[in-house]
Amino acid sequence: MVVADRYEMVCGLEVHVELQTKTKIFCGCTTEFGGEQNTHVCPVCLGMPGTLPVLNREVVNYAIRAGLALNCEIADFSKFDRKNYYYPDLTKNYQTSQFDLPICKNGGLEIEVDGVKKWIGITRAHMEEDAGKLVHSGETITTSDASSVDYNRAGVPLLEIVSEPDLRSIPEVLAYLEQLVQILEYTGVSDCRMEQGSIRFDVNVSLRPIGSEAFGTRTETKNLNSFSSVRRCMEYEVARQARALDDGEEVIQETRTWDEGRGITLALRSKEEAHDYRYFPEPDLVPIVIDRQWVEEIRKTLPELPRERRNRLQELGLSAYDAAVVTQTKAMADYFDQGLAQGAEAKSLANWVMGDLTRLLNSNQCQIVDSPVSAQQLVELIKLIDKGTLSGKIAKSVLEEMYASGKDAEQIVKEKGLAQISDEGALQGIIDGVIAANPQSVEDYHAGKERAIGFLVGQIMKATKGQANPGLVNQLLKKKLSD
Amino acid sequence: MAISREDVIYVAGLARLELNEQEIQDYTQQLNSILDYAAMLEHLDTEGVVPTAHAVPLHNVLREDEVKPSISHDKTLRNAPDAEEGFFRVPRISLT
Amino acid sequence: MIFEKSISELHELLAHKEVSAAELTNAYLERIRDLDQDLQAYLTVLEEDAQKLASEIDQKIARGEELGALEGIPMAMKDNMCTEGVRTTCASQILREFYPPYDATVTTRLRDAGSILLGKLNMDEFAMGSSTENSAYMKTRNPWNLDCVPGGSSGGAAVSVAADLAAFSLGSDTGGSIRQPAAFCGVVGLKPTYGAVSRFGLIAYASSLDQIGPLTKTVRDNALVMNAIAGYDAMDSTSVRYDKPDYTKFLINDIKGLKIGLPREYFGEGIDPEVAKGIQKCVETLRGLGAEVSECSLPHTEYAIPAYYLIATAEASSNLARYDGVRYGYRAEASDVLGMFRKTRAEGFGQEVKRRIMLGTYALSSGYYDAYYLKAQKVRTLIKQDFDQAFEKFDVLLGPAAPTPAFKFGEKSNPLTMYLSDITTVPINLAGIPAISIPAGFVNGLPIGMQLMGKPFNEGTLYRVAYTFEQTTNYHTLKPNLSGEVLARGSR
Ligand SMILES: [Mg+2]
Ligand SMILES: [Zn+2]
Repeated sequence: MVVADRYEMVCGLEVHVELQTKTKIFCGCTTEFGGEQNTHVCPVCLGMPGTLPVLNREVVNYAIRAGLALNCEIADFSKFDRKNYYYPDLTKNYQTSQFDLPICKNGGLEIEVDGVKKWIGITRAHMEEDAGKLVHSGETITTSDASSVDYNRAGVPLLEIVSEPDLRSIPEVLAYLEQLVQILEYTGVSDCRMEQGSIRFDVNVSLRPIGSEAFGTRTETKNLNSFSSVRRCMEYEVARQARALDDGEEVIQETRTWDEGRGITLALRSKEEAHDYRYFPEPDLVPIVIDRQWVEEIRKTLPELPRERRNRLQELGLSAYDAAVVTQTKAMADYFDQGLAQGAEAKSLANWVMGDLTRLLNSNQCQIVDSPVSAQQLVELIKLIDKGTLSGKIAKSVLEEMYASGKDAEQIVKEKGLAQISDEGALQGIIDGVIAANPQSVEDYHAGKERAIGFLVGQIMKATKGQANPGLVNQLLKKKLSD
Repeated sequence: MAISREDVIYVAGLARLELNEQEIQDYTQQLNSILDYAAMLEHLDTEGVVPTAHAVPLHNVLREDEVKPSISHDKTLRNAPDAEEGFFRVPRISLT
Repeated sequence: MIFEKSISELHELLAHKEVSAAELTNAYLERIRDLDQDLQAYLTVLEEDAQKLASEIDQKIARGEELGALEGIPMAMKDNMCTEGVRTTCASQILREFYPPYDATVTTRLRDAGSILLGKLNMDEFAMGSSTENSAYMKTRNPWNLDCVPGGSSGGAAVSVAADLAAFSLGSDTGGSIRQPAAFCGVVGLKPTYGAVSRFGLIAYASSLDQIGPLTKTVRDNALVMNAIAGYDAMDSTSVRYDKPDYTKFLINDIKGLKIGLPREYFGEGIDPEVAKGIQKCVETLRGLGAEVSECSLPHTEYAIPAYYLIATAEASSNLARYDGVRYGYRAEASDVLGMFRKTRAEGFGQEVKRRIMLGTYALSSGYYDAYYLKAQKVRTLIKQDFDQAFEKFDVLLGPAAPTPAFKFGEKSNPLTMYLSDITTVPINLAGIPAISIPAGFVNGLPIGMQLMGKPFNEGTLYRVAYTFEQTTNYHTLKPNLSGEVLARGSR
């Protein structure tokens, strides 16, 4: 991204993802969101004197799973280290994390912006524990007289995924994050509920003069929790740094915080004060040795990932856009695949899934996994259209009925007598009646006014409450008028 | 001198220990005498020696992902110097 | 007197209803009332809890149920092991009012075994020290000479057994803290193999070195306590799944052909010649019993002290970071969190604890990690290898448990001097191997301890040698003179 014609942006991201385990990383407390403050805690996650951590097997499984999906190497030998720093949301005043031997490294993922594909490197992904939550009575963290601490989150397992500084524009950053979140969601590693803080982003940004090879001084803005905050924060930070450089000021390497309300970043602490974390191997935990069999067993259970799915659907004739939409979430993609398995044609299935079904789900605030209309039911509906039993228009109202009642399309059609009238005999009488009732239109038609036929068709559809097969009506009417 | 007065002040900052002048002087002197003694390690050739972090060679000690009951609010907060409405309370958060 | 008896003797008396658990418990409580204001072994005495438990055991006996080996036996624990609802201070001001919401695994195991907890014992603050002078609360005295320290950091634990204020006690040993006070007070003290006894609930000093172990009047008692407390615990990731034996099976009065090595570094410079002589005498006794004794070398021994102090303090600096006044313990008032942290820790910790936090923080800090911490970890490997090599030739190694007998209060006011006195014990913790100290005679009227070191999880062999030695000597039967007159003189 070119900033003010003079600078190029360089960005790397650290993404903290909450892993989808039932219990915390080092104790049996639940990871469930939303409990009353300090009720999902025990002596271990409260860091009580004498307590010891025991690693949750599932955390390692999820970390390997994410690593494989992100094309990482999985370490044969990995260990935990203590990252020592004081903060009241940390129960031990150190975070158990991984330093020099992370479980995953050297991966990456492909993004596409404006039709251009680009590989974004992932340096590493490591396991660590989350901290508790500080609640402030006043306006901001530093102006409140006191703060309250809730340790329900303390010890929730996180995977920290660190990208290479390969990102050069805000659209690239957003594309990377979308891809990343999609992969994590697909693999079931995380529920990716940003509104619950399941994913948080630290953004490292610097500017350098166009053409320069060396990186500029970067700032790190911590704890963003939505794509829109990332975008706004980066817009602000890029402009701020460009202004500073223009004015001949130095950009200070520091940690900053995003003020969502004011839409600005603020200095939190300078890097010099913060960098002495005194990492050392966690003596209370033993190393993790991962053999190839363990990795291969997890690889076997990986689902088809978004990129492969999109490619497969495009080969079935979907546009890139449609393929992207129906693979947005794994649940939708699975729904779509179930539909295909029932023999639906890809394009018309995509139209229904992306159109009417999504509209109904959205207006009922319903997830596709909970859809009252199963993929099989939807495909049966589509087949009724293909057979000519239903018109497309009536099919839409049948779908609504299916959604509300959970009934099959066929049952609704039968109960309500909605089947399209394709019986020539039955239509003939109605056509005769409409012709007899509208002599002026018949005259106009014969006088060469082609439009008159449209009016007559409309009258016939009205008389049949829309159930007449419009193609057949047209054909029979023309034949009658030319007789 | 292996460790200066400034080092002592810096380290006390990292360790969140407020030191008085006497302690700064004492620790500067005492840490120096201990580190002088520890300097004997420099003379020992440890080229290629693998560091030992654990006394026993264990690995992959893992727990199943099964929920255990948490403890009651009373037990959680009983020892808290300051608590309110189920929260631990701390004074104003200052920037480092 | 009943409180002088060993666990196995008391068990017989209880089982045959010659004494009730209540009577026994009250005998100890009374003795604590009589003597402990002078000896100062106990930080907390649990009179009511102990009596209640004793009467429950008596009901069990009345019902004719079979009695476990430790059932109804009154004992005490060093105050760094968590006891649910019972104040656990670590002898620190910062935990003055700490009531753990949970039990340490050893607490649970002793409770399950039916032992009666009499109270919690004094120690050096956070187990940092070799004399128990670093307790924030009081100075525990050596029952053999009230002007002398009991050793440390498990000083209270050693005194409680030596002065018959408990039938047995649990201590913890990070760099000699069970063996050295056991030697100074003339009792049996075992530091088990790292990973043999769960550390869950032991308030950490240095995680990779800490280990809980029993202090007892006899070797058999020691084995009985190990039977109750040792073994795998899923709550401690460093706990080892091993085939836990019945340790009393090793109490065999026979060491013929057993190979015993005498590391020359444990008899040379820095060792009081009188102590060395005393231990040599014991060696002759063992030789006379058929052991094959010869000299050997643990060449990296002199590096153990600096390696130990760098590793232990580095781990401690991190382990003790949690004492910040937020969740438990002492809090100093301040207007902001940073000030609160700094003042709480400044006021809550004693000088030795702060000194070690400073040293450990420095050893880990940016730019010094490789030179100090990493280097010490490499030296640790070399020390381990020394032992591995020695154990290729020997079944056990033998030396003094401490370089001197108990010293006077205030005698080692220079921290480094104090650290150097740990030379015979810290290498064992660095290597993670088991070692036991048993009464081995007297120097200047003060007990000395013989230390036996074994291969990992080979506590049994140590017991065998110790038991055989004990059967042919009477050191363990000698008691300090604790008549009122002696105490009156001492408390002046
Ligand atoms: Mg992190
Ligand atoms: Zn917990």
